[in-house]
Amino acid sequence: MSIEIKNVSYTYMPGTPFESKALDDVSLTVEEGSFVAIAGHTGSGKSTMLQHMNGLLQPTSGEIVIDGQALFGKGKEVKSARDKVGMVFQYPEHQLFEETVEADIAFGPKNRGLSEKEVAARVKMAMEFVGVDYEAYRQKSPFGLSGGEMRRVAIAGVVALSPKYLVLDEPTAGLNPQGRDELLEKIRELHEKRHMTIVFVSHDMDAIARYAERIIVLSGGRLVLDAAPYEAYSNKETIESAGLLLPRLTTLLRTVEAHGLKLNLKPKDMLTVEGAVRAIMAAKRPAPKAKNNQRGGKG
Amino acid sequence: MAFIEIENLVHRYEGRDESEPPALKGVNISVEEGEFLAIVGTNGSGKSTLAKHLNAILLPTAGRVTVDGRNTADPAELWEIRKTVGMVFQNPDNQIIAAIVEDDVAFGPENLGVPPEEIRQRVKDALASVRMEKYRDFAPHLLSGGQKQRIAIAGALAMQTRCLVLDEPTSMLDPVGRRSLMETVKRLHREQGITVILITHFMEEAIGADRVIVLSKGQAVMEGTPREVYCREQEMKSLGLEVPLAAEVAARLRRNGLKFPEDIMTDEELAVALCQ
Amino acid sequence: MISDITIGQFFPGQSVLHRMDPRVKIVLMFFFLVSLFLIDGPVPYGALTLLTIILGALSGIPAKIIIRSVKPLWWILLFTFLIHFASMPGRVVAQVWIFQFTEEGFWRGFFISLRLVLLIVLSSYLTLTTSPLMLTDALERLLKPLKCIGVPAHELAMMMTIALRFVPTLLQETDKIMKAQQSRGVDFSSGNMLTQLRNIIPILIPLFISAFRRADELAMAMEARCYHGGEGRTRMKALAVSGVDYGAVALSVIFLGAVMGASFFLKQS
Repeated sequence: MSIEIKNVSYTYMPGTPFESKALDDVSLTVEEGSFVAIAGHTGSGKSTMLQHMNGLLQPTSGEIVIDGQALFGKGKEVKSARDKVGMVFQYPEHQLFEETVEADIAFGPKNRGLSEKEVAARVKMAMEFVGVDYEAYRQKSPFGLSGGEMRRVAIAGVVALSPKYLVLDEPTAGLNPQGRDELLEKIRELHEKRHMTIVFVSHDMDAIARYAERIIVLSGGRLVLDAAPYEAYSNKETIESAGLLLPRLTTLLRTVEAHGLKLNLKPKDMLTVEGAVRAIMAAKRPAPKAKNNQRGGKG
Repeated sequence: MAFIEIENLVHRYEGRDESEPPALKGVNISVEEGEFLAIVGTNGSGKSTLAKHLNAILLPTAGRVTVDGRNTADPAELWEIRKTVGMVFQNPDNQIIAAIVEDDVAFGPENLGVPPEEIRQRVKDALASVRMEKYRDFAPHLLSGGQKQRIAIAGALAMQTRCLVLDEPTSMLDPVGRRSLMETVKRLHREQGITVILITHFMEEAIGADRVIVLSKGQAVMEGTPREVYCREQEMKSLGLEVPLAAEVAARLRRNGLKFPEDIMTDEELAVALCQ
Repeated sequence: MISDITIGQFFPGQSVLHRMDPRVKIVLMFFFLVSLFLIDGPVPYGALTLLTIILGALSGIPAKIIIRSVKPLWWILLFTFLIHFASMPGRVVAQVWIFQFTEEGFWRGFFISLRLVLLIVLSSYLTLTTSPLMLTDALERLLKPLKCIGVPAHELAMMMTIALRFVPTLLQETDKIMKAQQSRGVDFSSGNMLTQLRNIIPILIPLFISAFRRADELAMAMEARCYHGGEGRTRMKALAVSGVDYGAVALSVIFLGAVMGASFFLKQS
């Protein structure tokens, strides 16, 4: 079971002077149960590609197949295939509109025609999963919450649909480091405990390094890289020419190695601070001579 | 007297519950002309509220803010202050007023009543300063976030501003936009001697600053050079802030028993220390 | 996609019409439109039609685009023509049921429809050759004298400028919100009127909230850049009346004078 994107091209405003090709013959398969990141700079086609995944956009050529069902036409099977994909847009808090947190999260399940009891259960489940306390928050207005909380409530509105595939467009954009880490942890939990397949668009290479199993890089509407993060990061030229930066940790380890300390880096070590520290410790052994603290650290 | 003086600044938002603590509770900061100051803090630390006091968008509930000797609470000084201190806000979309780039850059000087010929020159210079000459007659919605922010900077430069206050200018940008914006800001500071006050929660951005002030719950709790502040890794973490990655790795190595200088801030320094 | 819509119908170019001062264009257009209602008879109509065609050729805008501006009114034109054809007394040329089609009616209907077509085409020249911003600017300056009777010329123009700036942004936003709610199961294409209306709420509320947030931030950004109304404000781009404009005014006066004279004289005789 998977989302298959087969030779998809998409052209905005065809036949006008503003015609532009957003996707150019892109093919990839997202396997059920995977955690995939799509990276690319502004205008690389990554958001356009996401919107194909639940049929919001129809490819100009090529096709999208979800669990064997092609997303084409209006049939019942097509609709239920589309419903398997939950879509979280960029700045999802901008779509909140109900008076209470509970009502807003219930909006999607209600549209699906679920029973009231089922809807209530879904809301509770979704709020727990994004880490917003059910009792304390359900009667609150979503517009009185902090930015990070609003973001999580909005994501809960999609999680409540119990999608098999959860697709997120830059879920951490505009959050501070703390909010970003908390949210990514919640997404990881959804992946691990609910076995939800996660596809997320991001240009935060640090986050991708830490969470994704696979990274797909788009540039100018074309797929330029599809690999595991640790493999991808050895491909510095491709990543930089796609307008992205290497993860800070990779850059740091590279700098250390360039200065002559031989690190025996295992793929995993390159992705987390703990791993990097372990690798450096292994290479370093206890320092032979203590170095004095000339610059006076305490301020 | 320093260029910008903030004395015992208290700010309580009108209409908020009296029992709630004020957004700013007694902040003292002075900024010298030509300085590059970074103000860091988590959400709700009061850093944006503080920024809005610097050109009289907000006025103190108690205390005093002066810019170049002019009190922001004095209505007669308002335009002089706003001309001196230019602001760049977080959302690149909501600060561009005109539908053509050069018209937008001209907006400030037009408000100041500058003669048309001079406006034209200033717009040209300002766009050159942020390397956006090519986009003179573009519609803003066709630009990337980073380009829009550079236009916002040009808008302030065209008013011949002496100080730029940037309120989380990169938080909505992609890595490339972020880098180009920070390079622009640093270059303007270096080459044109513009005073820069950068509000941010990205610690790496503040590395180039002369001084960092950490704000927490409406108070300035730490102050020093970036190096002095970042080596207090535990303290920063307890405030909900990160330190630059190199500083964090260094701190962890130290905890693992590796003897290490305490003031590592950049990858380069870490590498040098490790390879000695 | 909803954000594909472009505002106005400005067609960029370098023609004489494009180079004219927008104020002069607006004023001349006004006189041409008024004259359309004052003239009568085949000769003046013929002259104005010819002029309209010549102006179209001068503007360098493809005929296809000009004709497109008339297209939406096709039914109204046909209806106008038929009403007059069937309702004028005179020499009957055909009879269908209770309607008597007369020769006089035919010509009346023809000229009235022609007048409508010329009206639309001439005014579309203004919007096709002038950018919305230039139009706004011109309107502000033309309205300025009316300030003493309380017309807020500067404020109106500023509002239009901001509207023009934010139309694309808000369209993009609407598109995004619609797609987001679609992903939450809203179906915009089916259901009865009531459900369709109810489906607008999840779009309108977020859109309003966003528009107000933008307005709030924009107001702050404007104040930060010393905006304090139209008082003491200068403009970088001064509108300037040039040789082209003097030529256009002179020719228009002569032309309109001749057409009006001919129309009046032919009626007398």
